[in-house]
Amino acid sequence: MKLLTGNDLPTGDVVWWTGKNWSLHVAEAVDVGDAGDTILLVEEEARRVNASYIVDAAMTPQGPLPLHIKDRVRAAGPTVRQDLGINPAINIVKA
Amino acid sequence: MYQYDKFDQSAVDARVEEFRDQVKRRLAGEITEDQFKPLRLMNGLYLQLHAYMLRVAVPYGTLNSRQMHMLAHIARKYDRGYGHFTTRQNIQYNWIKLEECADLLAELASVEMHAIQTSGNCIRNISSDQFAGAAADEVADPRPWAELLRQWSSFHPEFSYLPRKFKIAVIASKEDRAAMRLHDIGLELIMRDGVLGAKVFVGGGMGRTPMIAPEIKDFIRAEDLLSYVEACLRVYNRYGRRDNIYKARIKILVHEIGADAYRAQVEEEFAHVKTLGIDPPLAELERITAFFGTPAFETGLSDTVDRADPDFAVWLDQNVKPHKQVGYAIANISLKPIGGIPGDASADQIDVMATLAKHYSFDELRVTHAQNIVLPHVAKRDLYALWQALDTAGLANANLDLISDIIACPGLDYCSLANARSIPVAQKIATRFASAERQRDLGELKLKISGCINACGHHHAGHIGILGVDKKGVENYQLTFGGSGAEDVSIGKIIGPGFDEDGVVDAVEKATDVYKTLRTDGERFLDTYRRVGLDPFKEAIYG
Amino acid sequence: MGNLRYRQDSESTAPVVALDSFVGETNATAVRIEPGEDARALIPHLDRLSLVEIAFPKFRDGRGYSSARILREAGYAGELRAQGDVLVDQIVYMRRCGFDSFAPDVPLDETVVGEALDRFAYVYQGAADGSVPIWKLRHG
Repeated sequence: MKLLTGNDLPTGDVVWWTGKNWSLHVAEAVDVGDAGDTILLVEEEARRVNASYIVDAAMTPQGPLPLHIKDRVRAAGPTVRQDLGINPAINIVKA
Repeated sequence: MYQYDKFDQSAVDARVEEFRDQVKRRLAGEITEDQFKPLRLMNGLYLQLHAYMLRVAVPYGTLNSRQMHMLAHIARKYDRGYGHFTTRQNIQYNWIKLEECADLLAELASVEMHAIQTSGNCIRNISSDQFAGAAADEVADPRPWAELLRQWSSFHPEFSYLPRKFKIAVIASKEDRAAMRLHDIGLELIMRDGVLGAKVFVGGGMGRTPMIAPEIKDFIRAEDLLSYVEACLRVYNRYGRRDNIYKARIKILVHEIGADAYRAQVEEEFAHVKTLGIDPPLAELERITAFFGTPAFETGLSDTVDRADPDFAVWLDQNVKPHKQVGYAIANISLKPIGGIPGDASADQIDVMATLAKHYSFDELRVTHAQNIVLPHVAKRDLYALWQALDTAGLANANLDLISDIIACPGLDYCSLANARSIPVAQKIATRFASAERQRDLGELKLKISGCINACGHHHAGHIGILGVDKKGVENYQLTFGGSGAEDVSIGKIIGPGFDEDGVVDAVEKATDVYKTLRTDGERFLDTYRRVGLDPFKEAIYG
Repeated sequence: MGNLRYRQDSESTAPVVALDSFVGETNATAVRIEPGEDARALIPHLDRLSLVEIAFPKFRDGRGYSSARILREAGYAGELRAQGDVLVDQIVYMRRCGFDSFAPDVPLDETVVGEALDRFAYVYQGAADGSVPIWKLRHG
């Protein structure tokens, strides 16, 4: 599956495309299929997202999760400061 | 230390307003991210894996308590209660909001601080010896030269769109405590015929292709310094590669055309630039130097310390270094608690260090490129009280230069460039070697970890270096031995195939076991490795 | 048009020729320098030049700043134009390097340019614009 991620322009928060808007939680992210580029063009132009890109992901019992470790860390938060992460429960190392 | 006059203050204030305007225009969509990115980078603001990260400049690693308190305040008000001290003597905040950044910079400007040119393809923070002004072996305090360079490089109109970043280090002793030879330009202050000048090294660096800077000029006088570096930079700006970002540093140019050809081009340019009158009179260096005068040391102080408290004695032996003034010492504060995050300090800890500097160190602190803090001028009679206060704040780990005094970049936990996490590896190694006796027995062992090839953890210069790589989406760690950033500078060599996280910790332990069986009297790990070579280590590690 | 010009004399209407054509073409008075070309090649010919246009195909490529200073340092007093990917936020440094006209691909907002040029009262280093550097103000 393909998710969309980026940063909120004024705050820098990492966000995920829910189909309607941008959420802090990867669990709310949707599979955009082939439509990623088009959606990002519109959202970037409107400045509803910044520095966005398409992420390969797979559905898991915890919800959609990026495949690449870097994007998992992005979804979870710093593994060494779980108190600061937005979704610290995410297992960043593939099972 | 240096104090701004109205000109310096005007420059940082104007820069804040310039950035405020640029942010406003970005938020309003008047400029694109592509156009905005170099502008925010030149103000130290990155977009990292989780948030915007701001790198605040600590010029040549020197700051006072008022500034240190401000850094704590910034951590609380604009970030999440902590900061990270870096391998270029700066401090980073990981959770900054773009919309608050100009206000943050304005608060920094109120205490003569800034984030100017801490990123971007421009001249970065000028780094220096963390013991400057306190060490007996310096020919002069290197920091006035660093300040002269800081001003010359700030808002330099010709050199703000270089092929790549540019890092300068200045030292003034034979012992290199600032990894000077691994910088784009390194200066070593020396005396020649009673005149203070500098040797100039150009073309060092780490990253993808580590190189040791060759000597380009054997002696430059203070009155010619800025013309000379201007010439060095102009040759680089004109001829540095711009086709490949991994080949764009000046070290590649010097390597590709050769040091002799580079030197000749610089000399030609220097002869021309010298006619332009851009060098300030010596009076300007003298004006700056006056800010770095000897503190009002007390005389007749006792040079002995009461070692009755055994824990204090351990810290005294490991973390306290000799001072040029009788009765004084240089105190090193470790930001490497066992199992902690190397180089991180909480806002509360930063405030504690600020207060201690004010009471015990003539209101001065230093940040080291090993991500620790120094109180440079502590009376020996105050060391015990200092240590007690540090201990209460969790800042008294007696591990300076030992295996748990690890340099580690933020790595994949924070950095969008990283391939692997570095901090958990540092934590595991420190925990494996937690025993203080074991660490002291191993002695000086500089272990450095980078989470990617950009080498911000300086792993090439580690006695033991660890480089995190991405092996088919899984974190993997390569081990290097034999690097050094000191005056015996050398680049570490990869020892063999990489390891997983637990594997690299085991490998490091095996390496230290081999060292212990083979070492002769007084040899550090680095010395034994250089003497016996890789084979005994390789055999033990790979079997 | 979007071009900015900080000169009193009238603008050259001569065709701007490429550097390798210029040297041979003794009638040419306007020339264009690309980032990788050596501005020093013009030094013997400054007398017959009224316009030098320095190309900035990408704003991140800063070679044109050196080219500009080199020409001003050699005594060139004609029009020095920055052309191409020239954005408001580069104007201040470009003026300091000796540029006195700008032909941006995308028109500049003159109000923003004006604010940018007025923002920094002092400069640290001598460059090509004649501004007195701070060290000189300190020591007279």
